[in-house]
Amino acid sequence: MQRMWTFIHKLGSPPWFFAFSGTLVRWLLPVTVLLLALGACWGLLVAPPDFRQGNSYRIIYIHVPAAVVALAGYYVMAIAGAISLIWRIKMADVAMRAAAPVGAVLTGIALVTGAIWGKPTWGAWWVWDARITSMLILFFLYLGVVALFEAYENKAAAAKACAVLTLVGTVNIPIIYKSVDWWYSLHQPASLKFTGESAIDASMLYPLLVMIAAFYLLFAVSVLLYMRAELVWQHRNASWLRQRLGTS
Amino acid sequence: MLSADRPHLSLLAAFGRQFRRHGQALMASLAEVANPLLFFFMVVTLFPLGLGPDPTQLAAMAPGVLWVVALLASLMVSARMFASDFEDGSLEQMALAAHPLAVLALGEVVAHWLATGFLLALVSPLFALMLGLPSQGLGVLVVSLLLGTLCLTLIGAVGSALTVSIRRGGLLLSLLIIPLNVPVLIFGTAAVTEAVRGGDPSTWLALMGALAAGMLALVPLAVGAALRISLDS
Repeated sequence: MQRMWTFIHKLGSPPWFFAFSGTLVRWLLPVTVLLLALGACWGLLVAPPDFRQGNSYRIIYIHVPAAVVALAGYYVMAIAGAISLIWRIKMADVAMRAAAPVGAVLTGIALVTGAIWGKPTWGAWWVWDARITSMLILFFLYLGVVALFEAYENKAAAAKACAVLTLVGTVNIPIIYKSVDWWYSLHQPASLKFTGESAIDASMLYPLLVMIAAFYLLFAVSVLLYMRAELVWQHRNASWLRQRLGTS
Repeated sequence: MLSADRPHLSLLAAFGRQFRRHGQALMASLAEVANPLLFFFMVVTLFPLGLGPDPTQLAAMAPGVLWVVALLASLMVSARMFASDFEDGSLEQMALAAHPLAVLALGEVVAHWLATGFLLALVSPLFALMLGLPSQGLGVLVVSLLLGTLCLTLIGAVGSALTVSIRRGGLLLSLLIIPLNVPVLIFGTAAVTEAVRGGDPSTWLALMGALAAGMLALVPLAVGAALRISLDS
């Protein structure tokens, strides 16, 4: 117990975090690349083609992981924001601000790959489906956080403002999702269905799971790298950083 | 002015003073009150011009059009909600006061809502008739707008409090709060559409009432925190 608290307190110290995240990235980065390569090769080359959609379904190996992690990313951002507001841990600020652009990019990837998949499958680039619309709103929520942070001159205040915004957003996300669901069912959906979501064959599912794991790691590594870059910038004049980087 | 030298003022009285002060400031300039209504009127006029004058088509789109325009009008007025208080320093006095900033801010928000959303809901049947909304939808439109604009004003208050210290915060404000306004828009149009169809809109109104009640309880806390951040920056 004591050890855990010591560990948590250490996370708040920039020099310690810089060293710790460096070790973490050194291990996580190769694993991420390996899993991405494995999942991509397995999904794109080895997995059998879908009997109705042929090969075009294979975009789910990018689309689904991006969408899953984009959603989880908002909660990571909100938890970091809450930690920074409640306990005033500076590293939580940095984590929150790092998660926002990464999450926004993942949401963007999910939207674009969804559109590319939709064209041959549904015959339209964009369909106002409940899930697509929710993803679009999530994209706006991410962009709002990024834009708010950029708008403040005082970056300490910016981080706090973003924390409040993400918390308000987190409370709202379930309401938004539910209301978009109702909105969609209210307007009598055309009979479009995501194929293969209820019964996906194991030969297609396993590479998908590998890709989801790889995208989670990719998110973690991106956030850590962003945090390290942010630390270098914030402490560019600090002696510990100069020592660590070997510059004088 | 509220400050620590009047500690005998009860919380409710402090709320009331804040409410009156903001209300009087709004009422002092007719333009502040009239502009959102005029905006609502003019944007409603744009739809027949853009979509064509076909009455059946306009009537079918009326619930959505009226709600979207109400949302835009509320967005437009939200930007200035705390601006004058921030500029003349009364916001700092509010932050220094013995009473919680959340309660004082709520007083302003409620006054702001009465001067904008409340009035807008009351005059909305006029615009609804111009778009040919069937008469069975009029009552529900007013009730849904009363509840809905309260939600929109509260969400707008968070956005306004977060952006009040930023120059040219208006566009940013829309980016921040449009996604959060989505449920209100959906519930509002659903209620009116249901009433026009001859169905029972009470589910949607109840949902919106629940949303408004929850927001009344929680949003002032976020507004208070956001105002303090804006003052610190």
